[in-house]
Amino acid sequence: MSHNLSRRDFNKLLLSGVAASAFGVLGSSTSAFAASSSKKVVVIGGGFGGASAAKYLRKLDPSISVTLVEPKTVFYTCPLSNWVLGGLKTMEDTAQNYTILRNKYKVNVITDSAVAVDAARSTVRLKSGQVLGFDRLILSPGIDFKWDAIEGYSESVANSKMPHAWQAGPQTILLHNQLLAMKSGGRVLICPPANPFRCAPGPYERASLIAGYLKAKKPNSKIIILDSKEKFAKQALFKKGWDRLYPGMIEWRSGATGGKILKVDAATMSVATDFGAEHGDVINIIPPQKAGKIAFDAGLTDASGWCPINPVSFESTIHPGIHIIGDASFAGAMPKSGFAASSQGKVAAAAIVRLFQGKVPAAPSLVNTCYSLLAPGYGISVAGVYKLTVEGIVEIKEAGGLTPIDADDDQLREEANFAQGWYNNITRDTWG
Amino acid sequence: MAVKLRVRLTAYALSFLALAAGSSAFAKERVTPKPARQESSSKGASNPRGEVLALSCSTCHGTDGKSVGIIPSINGRSAAYLEAALKAFKSGSRYSTVMSRHARGYSDDELRLIAEYYGTVSHNNK
Ligand SMILES: Cc1cc2nc3c(=O)[nH]c(=O)nc-3n(C[C@H](O)[C@H](O)[C@H](O)COP(=O)(O)OP(=O)(O)OC[C@H]3O[C@@H](n4cnc5c(N)ncnc54)[C@H](O)[C@@H]3O)c2cc1C
Repeated sequence: MSHNLSRRDFNKLLLSGVAASAFGVLGSSTSAFAASSSKKVVVIGGGFGGASAAKYLRKLDPSISVTLVEPKTVFYTCPLSNWVLGGLKTMEDTAQNYTILRNKYKVNVITDSAVAVDAARSTVRLKSGQVLGFDRLILSPGIDFKWDAIEGYSESVANSKMPHAWQAGPQTILLHNQLLAMKSGGRVLICPPANPFRCAPGPYERASLIAGYLKAKKPNSKIIILDSKEKFAKQALFKKGWDRLYPGMIEWRSGATGGKILKVDAATMSVATDFGAEHGDVINIIPPQKAGKIAFDAGLTDASGWCPINPVSFESTIHPGIHIIGDASFAGAMPKSGFAASSQGKVAAAAIVRLFQGKVPAAPSLVNTCYSLLAPGYGISVAGVYKLTVEGIVEIKEAGGLTPIDADDDQLREEANFAQGWYNNITRDTWG
Repeated sequence: MAVKLRVRLTAYALSFLALAAGSSAFAKERVTPKPARQESSSKGASNPRGEVLALSCSTCHGTDGKSVGIIPSINGRSAAYLEAALKAFKSGSRYSTVMSRHARGYSDDELRLIAEYYGTVSHNNK
């Protein structure tokens, strides 16, 4: 990267929205810099991004009043939900709540949904009719599904016959119950979407842990992954693990070799591919995704279906004063993970504190580590460190990367232990 | 139009500052050598760049570096210890599963800022 940014680079920076927070500093377009004493921040969504942002705003500057809007009183995490499907954890082990955010961090947690954002007036309307004013707004609504992307698939099919289990809770329980009820020697189909989607290694961790359950309880069962992609996250590590742990049990088909699903038929429990129909006793469809609905309603998305942001503060390049973090944002090279969402929540919180003080936010570095468990004592990971450049958020080439393909059993065991250790710490770092 | 232009120019200047103030790729600024013992609060943070870098660590090492599980705590360690450890991970001279993959993403200055943050963060803030 050059010290002498060309005019073109500056233009790119401006386009990528770095200037948006500068507008906030100048107080030119929103109430964000009103010189009142107590600043108000409203956070929509109490998942990994939103809960982290709410907690860290209060921790970094207790003079800021923070309201968190989240309809659920118990949040079941997607991380560890594959462990539940494999019978290694219970739903209870994945349950988080808002008690500590409320009592210790004095976040005003409102159990409700946001239904409308008025960017011009800086207000949010809730389902109950309550209207909240804000100096700055943070949105972390997670994902929504493109229900019309796969013919025959719909929310009601997902809730009855072919769960996605890509938002944890009742969907996880439905898929788990179907696996428990399946006959020995049955066929499980897992159908992941094209990139980008929430948790790129998730479908393959899921296949691994379901295989672990089936190997122990329902031998001769098979898992077929019908993928829209030609390659997938941590592919070599997963394939090596599958050969070692579950030989012959997991078959992966790429998009070009019959993996791409064209439509589904819930009545016959089958999916259509270029290479013919496939029947499954259990069918897990993971549909293509987009930013959560409220982000669309608030006009914060672009043609990609995600929200463009300024990478210094995660402030919208469309509506200054509104920050979008987590899966709903388009964060350059960063993956859509709970780790990334939490990391972004803290960066946005620190930036907002600085902006309220009339100061320029410090340039962040952003990080991610995604652990996948293939079996108890067998873990792998991918890590990344991301930096802000004139191109937006880019991965630092010298850093990050995968568990070595020749990692010995001790290292795989250590990574499995760290997967659990990571879960324990991120959930405390996020929900208190 | 004139107003718009002025705002854009100021925005240019500020966006440059936002990068220059923080990114070692742009500026190798020195930091205050002896930061005061601090709560992890921006109000008292001696170096905002150090703070925003250091907040990433808590995702695995726990809030304020206090781990509740098998991952080592970094709270209570001295800045000197942490800086040496981070540099050893970066060079690969100290074994790790994932730490060297992270440490390689930072300049030595950035590692020192992170070490100073955890070396001075409150050790008894529950
Ligand atoms: C099977 C699986 C395994 C995974 N494993 C990992 C892992 O090991 N590591 C990892 O880092 N990531 C993992 N992930 C990814 C991780 O779950 C997501 O990336 C993360 O949840 C994104 O955080 P978020 O804040 O953007 O959204 P979420 O955590 O989904 O939170 C969004 C919240 O917003 C609320 N909301 C939505 N709309 C509104 C509204 N209008 N008003 C109020 N509230 C609203 C929702 O109720 C929800 O609680 C996994 C995902 C899956 C599916």
